[in-house]
Amino acid sequence: MSAQPAIIELQNVDKSFGPIDVLMDISLKVHAGEVLCLLGDNGAGKSTLIKTLCGVYTPTRGKMLMDGKEVHFARPRDAQEAGISTVHQFGGTFPLMSIGRSFFVGVEPTKGWGPFKRFDRKTANAIAVQAVQDFGITRIDDGDRLVGGLSGGERQSLAIARAVHFGARVLILDEPTAALGVKQASHVLRIVNEAKKRGLAVIFITHQVMHALAVGDHFAVLIRGRLAANFMKGEKSREEITDLMAGGEDMATLEAQIAGADTELHSPAHARAAAKP
Amino acid sequence: MAALSATGRRRATLGGLVRRPETGSLLGFVVVYVFFAVLGGAVFLGAPGWSSWLNIAAEVGIIALPVGLLMIAGEFDLSVGSVVPAASMMTAMLGGHYEMPALVAILGGLAVGLVVGWVNGLLVTRTTIPSLIVTIGVMFAVMGLTLGFAVLIKGSTSVSYVPDPLTKSLLGRFINGMFNVSILWWAGFVAAFYYFLHVSPLGNWVFALGGDAESARNAGVPTTKLSIGLFMMSGFAAAFVGVAQVMTYQTAQVAGGQSFIFNSIMCVVIGGVLLTGGAGSIVGIVLGTMTFAVVNQGIFFAALDPNIGSIIIGVLLLIAVLSNDIFRALALSYATRKK
Ligand SMILES: Nc1ncnc2c1ncn2[C@@H]1O[C@H](COP(=O)(O)OP(=O)(O)OP(=O)(O)O)[C@@H](O)[C@H]1O
Ligand SMILES: [Mg+2]
Repeated sequence: MSAQPAIIELQNVDKSFGPIDVLMDISLKVHAGEVLCLLGDNGAGKSTLIKTLCGVYTPTRGKMLMDGKEVHFARPRDAQEAGISTVHQFGGTFPLMSIGRSFFVGVEPTKGWGPFKRFDRKTANAIAVQAVQDFGITRIDDGDRLVGGLSGGERQSLAIARAVHFGARVLILDEPTAALGVKQASHVLRIVNEAKKRGLAVIFITHQVMHALAVGDHFAVLIRGRLAANFMKGEKSREEITDLMAGGEDMATLEAQIAGADTELHSPAHARAAAKP
Repeated sequence: MAALSATGRRRATLGGLVRRPETGSLLGFVVVYVFFAVLGGAVFLGAPGWSSWLNIAAEVGIIALPVGLLMIAGEFDLSVGSVVPAASMMTAMLGGHYEMPALVAILGGLAVGLVVGWVNGLLVTRTTIPSLIVTIGVMFAVMGLTLGFAVLIKGSTSVSYVPDPLTKSLLGRFINGMFNVSILWWAGFVAAFYYFLHVSPLGNWVFALGGDAESARNAGVPTTKLSIGLFMMSGFAAAFVGVAQVMTYQTAQVAGGQSFIFNSIMCVVIGGVLLTGGAGSIVGIVLGTMTFAVVNQGIFFAALDPNIGSIIIGVLLLIAVLSNDIFRALALSYATRKK
C-alpha cells in the first residue's frame, strides 16, 4: 500500500505448543498509520498471534520483521523496547498494588542517581491518574488507591491507558472493549484513531462488527489458525465481513437459527402444535 | 480537589492509619509486649529481657526479611533451615580445619547460601514444581551433603573454629556481655531490604511478580532473573546467620537450623505478609519478628510452661492471618466507598 516497508511484518509464521499447531503459515503486514482488525471465532488463534508479535511466545517457524529488518524477541521486554505495547485479553493489572505502581510496572519512573534511584511515587501517581482521567474515568483521582478496588471496566481502562502511554510504534489491543461501557468503548475507538493519526500501527482484536468497521483500515481473518482472508477496507461488504467474523459461517443462517430457538422458547406448545401441518 | 489529592502527600488520618496493613502487626506487638511485661516484671523490661528477645529476633529476623520478600513474590523457601548449618560447617571447615584466613572462611560460608539459592531459583523458574516442594527437596539434599562432607573430612558431626579477635568482635561478640552484635547486623539488613522493597524501583517488580507473574512478565519485568535473585538473597541471609553462629559459639554442628524454617515463616505471616503473595511490608515483617521473639523469650521471664508459649504463637498466627484479611478488605473497599 505504501513504498515504505511495513512497521511490522510476519512471514510464514507457525506457532505450535508441542503437538498442538495453533498458527499455520501466517503472513501479515501492518503499516504506519494503519489499523489492522484481527478477526476470528473463539479459539481461532488471535491471542496467540499477538502474543507471538509481542515477545510472549517465539514463533516455531517463520520470520518477523520490523521496518523491513528481521527481529527476534526473546521476551516481552525486547518487544517493548522496540516500541510495541500490548494490552492482553486478561490480566495486565495488579489488584493489591496502587494505581500508580501498577501503571508503571517494568518501566518505573525514578528520581535520584546511580544505584540510589528511588521509585518516584508522586510522578507515577500523577501520570497514571491523568491518563485514566483522560479516558473519561474521572472518578479515579488518587493514585494510591488499590487497583483491586476498581471495577472491571475501570481496570481495563487503566491497562489500555498504560499501553497508549508507552506505545511508541505499535499498539496491540486484544479485545479492549470487552468489559467497557458504551462511553468508554467509544473512547477506546477514538484512542485507536488518534494513535493511527500519530503514525502508529494498531492491531485491534474485537468480536464486535460495529467496532471493527468503525476503525479498521485492514482486516485479517483467522479460521482455525490459518489466515482465511486479508483485505483492505472497501474490498468487502459489511455482510461479507460479518460472515467472516462468525468463522466463515453465513450470518443470515446463524440469525435464523437464533430466531428459530427464540420461537421454540417463547411460543406456547399448543401454538407450535397448531402451526405444524 | 481531584488534582490535589492525586499529587499531594498521603494524608496521615486515623482512617488512613487503620487501613495500613502494618497497623495490625503493631497492635499485636503492643498487646504481646504488655502481656509479658506484666508477667515478667522488671527483669523483662530491663536490659536482660531486651537482650534476650532481641538476640532471638536478630537471628530469625535476618532470615525472615528475604523469606518475606519471597512470600510477597509468591514463593516459599524452606531450604533456609539447612543452609544455616551448611554455611556454619563450611566456615568452620575452611577456617578451623584447613586454617584458612577468616575472610576466606566467611566468603566460603556465604557462597554456600548463594549457590543453594541459585539452585532453588533455577529449579523453580525452569520447572513447574511449586517452590514449596523444590525447597523441601533442596533442604534435604543440602542436609545430607553437609552431614556427608563433615563425616568424610572430619569424621565428626561438629567442627570447632576459634576466630581471630577482629572477626569475633564484628560477627560474634556480645555487647555489654548481653546484646549480640547480630542485632546491629539485623538493623543493617532491615535498612537494605526496606530500601530495596519500598524505595527502589525494583520493589515494584516484587509486588508485581507476586500479584500476577504472567502480567508482570508481559509488562517487561525480568521475572526469571528476579526470582533467582530473591532465592539467592534468602540463601545469602541464611548463610550469614550460619557464619555469625560459628563466630559466636566457635563451633559448627551439622544438625540444627530446622527451627528457622517455621519461625521465619511465622514472623513473616504475623507481620502481615499475604501467604498468597502480592502484598506485605518490611515494617510488618520487623514487627512480626519482634512479636515472635517477645513470646519466645517472654515465656521464660514469665515463668510459664513453654507449651503455653507454643499455644500463644499458634493463636497469634491465626489472629494474624484473620486480621490480614480484614485489613486487606478495608484497603480495597476504601477505593469504592470513598465517593
Ligand atoms: N499455551 C498454549 N498451549 C496449548 N494450546 C494453546 C496455548 N495457548 C492457546 N492454545 C490453543 O490455541 C488455540 C487458540 O487460542 P487463542 O487464545 O489464540 O484464541 P483466540 O482467537 O484469542 O480466542 P478468543 O476469541 O476466545 O480469545 C486454542 O485452541 C487454545 O486452546
Ligand atoms: Mg483471545
